[in-house]
Amino acid sequence: MSHELDRRSFLQCALASGAALGVGKFVPLFASPAQAAPQKQDDSRFTVEAKFYEKLPNNKKIKCKLCPRECTVGDRERGYCGVRENRGGSYYTLVHSRVCAAHVDPIEKKPLFHYLPGTLAFSLATAGCNVNCKFCQNWDISQVRPEQVPAEYAPPKLVADLAKHYSCPTIAYTYSEPVIFSEYLMDAADAGHEAGVRSVVVSNGYMQEESLKTAYGKADAVKIDLKAFSESYYKDVVVAELKPVLASLVTLRKMNKWTEIVYLVVPTLNDSDAEFQGLARWIKTNLGVDVPIHFTQFHPEYLLKNLPITPVPTLERAKAIADAEGLHYVYIGNVPGHPAQNTYCPKCHRMLVERVGFTASQMLIRKGSCPFCQQPIPGIWHA
Amino acid sequence: MSAISSSNRRDFLKKCLTGAAVLGAGGRMELLRAAEQEAPLTKSKVVIARDPMLRGTGATVDSHRMLTLLDRSLQALFDRDNPTETWKKLVRPGDTVGLKVNTLGGRGLSSNVQLVEAICERLQEAGIKASDIVVWDRDSDEMEHVGFHVSTGGNRMQCFGTDRVDYEQELVTHGSVGSRLSKILTQRCNVLINVPVLKDHDGAGVTIALKNMYGVIHNPNKYHPNGCNPYIADLNMLPEIRTRMRLTICDATTACFEGGPGYKPEYSWKNNALIVSQDPVALDYTGWQIIERKRAEKGLKTLEGDKRAPNYIATAADAQHRLGINDPRKIAVVEV
Repeated sequence: MSHELDRRSFLQCALASGAALGVGKFVPLFASPAQAAPQKQDDSRFTVEAKFYEKLPNNKKIKCKLCPRECTVGDRERGYCGVRENRGGSYYTLVHSRVCAAHVDPIEKKPLFHYLPGTLAFSLATAGCNVNCKFCQNWDISQVRPEQVPAEYAPPKLVADLAKHYSCPTIAYTYSEPVIFSEYLMDAADAGHEAGVRSVVVSNGYMQEESLKTAYGKADAVKIDLKAFSESYYKDVVVAELKPVLASLVTLRKMNKWTEIVYLVVPTLNDSDAEFQGLARWIKTNLGVDVPIHFTQFHPEYLLKNLPITPVPTLERAKAIADAEGLHYVYIGNVPGHPAQNTYCPKCHRMLVERVGFTASQMLIRKGSCPFCQQPIPGIWHA
Repeated sequence: MSAISSSNRRDFLKKCLTGAAVLGAGGRMELLRAAEQEAPLTKSKVVIARDPMLRGTGATVDSHRMLTLLDRSLQALFDRDNPTETWKKLVRPGDTVGLKVNTLGGRGLSSNVQLVEAICERLQEAGIKASDIVVWDRDSDEMEHVGFHVSTGGNRMQCFGTDRVDYEQELVTHGSVGSRLSKILTQRCNVLINVPVLKDHDGAGVTIALKNMYGVIHNPNKYHPNGCNPYIADLNMLPEIRTRMRLTICDATTACFEGGPGYKPEYSWKNNALIVSQDPVALDYTGWQIIERKRAEKGLKTLEGDKRAPNYIATAADAQHRLGINDPRKIAVVEV
């Protein structure tokens, strides 16, 4: 059973446990949602008026403007995400500083391959998500309401302090869906920047332009899960839409925000040559050839247990198609030891970053360029 | 096994039920009851019982009159003279009975405490131990807020929300729905009596019997798109719900015709009625018509005109679900 900690004791305990903490380890003060029973919490300290909504004229309804779903929410009801509630005609987020998962992860686990290789990210999540992917690996925190999982109070300053303590140059908002805790993300990113800690976001990109610019404008890098390249998949498997996600990618590009894309390849559902080709062409045309794309392996989970793990040759086929389209940085993910986890110079083809699992074992890029041919390699390489 | 023609299927089921009772085959009996509910061959019966003096001259429901109203409604539903005999048709000693109330609307528009007390009284007279009755919804605080007293131990009736015991870890699925079920449903009751409220709903059109099952799962927020259709119907198909569901007693003492599901006095009216049925689809259809009549009386658009007709009711009745009847020609509405 988790217990409430005041800030001082929380930090003390965090510091005390930090010595034994290894890379990728769970930060022990945050109870595991899968193991502990939920308990009543004082909601008031997690409850902050939401930033992205408008009040409607009748019946105390509101319209959420955070994501394209634009939930119209009646009094005492919540939006699709389950973490925003209409209380008397005003809309509130229930998850500000309400952290249900926190780990220290390698940045490669996000994955962000062109962002400070070999560094750690203090990674956190709140409950909730604005989509419902049938393959979700973290459904026990993303597809629940905040009161259904144990959580700790982690105000922005504490997050920044913990990141520094664990030698993490970055805070990562991840695991569930940061769009639904945008207000917290923004405040934590501000606190982090004040303390010299950057922020990265791991998101589905299913959000409105204004909220994207405002919230993710605070981030130093973004990873977008592009779930497929067809509206039908988005409708049936993700319960969302493709078009707004593509629009988000274009907006991030215009914002000059460092962005990488992950495409989870699900056997039979989004693994056709035509889809890979359409995706690669769209990226080349709209984002440019230097945006990294990671084709990652699917594992059966949540509501999609009837399909096998993605065969490695399928991932290699996806990579070959994207390579042939001219994309410069095409990776294969969730396959430890695969050579397509390394970064190669697109000009001289020498290996520049070697990765084993989530560890960057060799990093040769100097001043943002290939040391062999001086080809600029896009990314954020140095703190 | 030879095929059973549809014309004598009901008789066949009746004989089976009789046999099962003699043999004490409780589980099978429940399944057969559920099967009988699944595809009624005669009209589905919905009883609307009214008492204009339910509140006397005050605002509070009179407990004695509520008990009488409850008896009248169920005796009409089951064609029985004796209230205890009525309840003995539904439950038997040893059953653990869950009363799924609805407290989302807050004070003014939640399942009436006096109604729940009356149901509990009759259940005990039918041989159900007090400690085998659990009054529940999703959240204990919401229940207390509307007047229920949370109780979780001893020989008393149990009354608490799922927050006290959590949801099952395992997902159950049907069609568009994949959810974790309340442990109160799965572990604390083998009989379910649904005690919803007659309400307008801003997304679904109306929320009455079928939608009250949203309070059974951990992720109702995922099932509000498209007017909750087909989610409500799919949810009610889950065996854990279907095999337990025996009866719906809809609290229509105060009802809501607009602005639901939260309580808004300006859109509520003192209806002083109960609506009971063993067919939740027929009950929902009937309740929907009551709300439409009230909306017309108040000069409001129809729910269809407001682009929120409760299409999930038709889905619940379709060939893929067969949860009940939504054809008014096949619904016998009895007013008492």
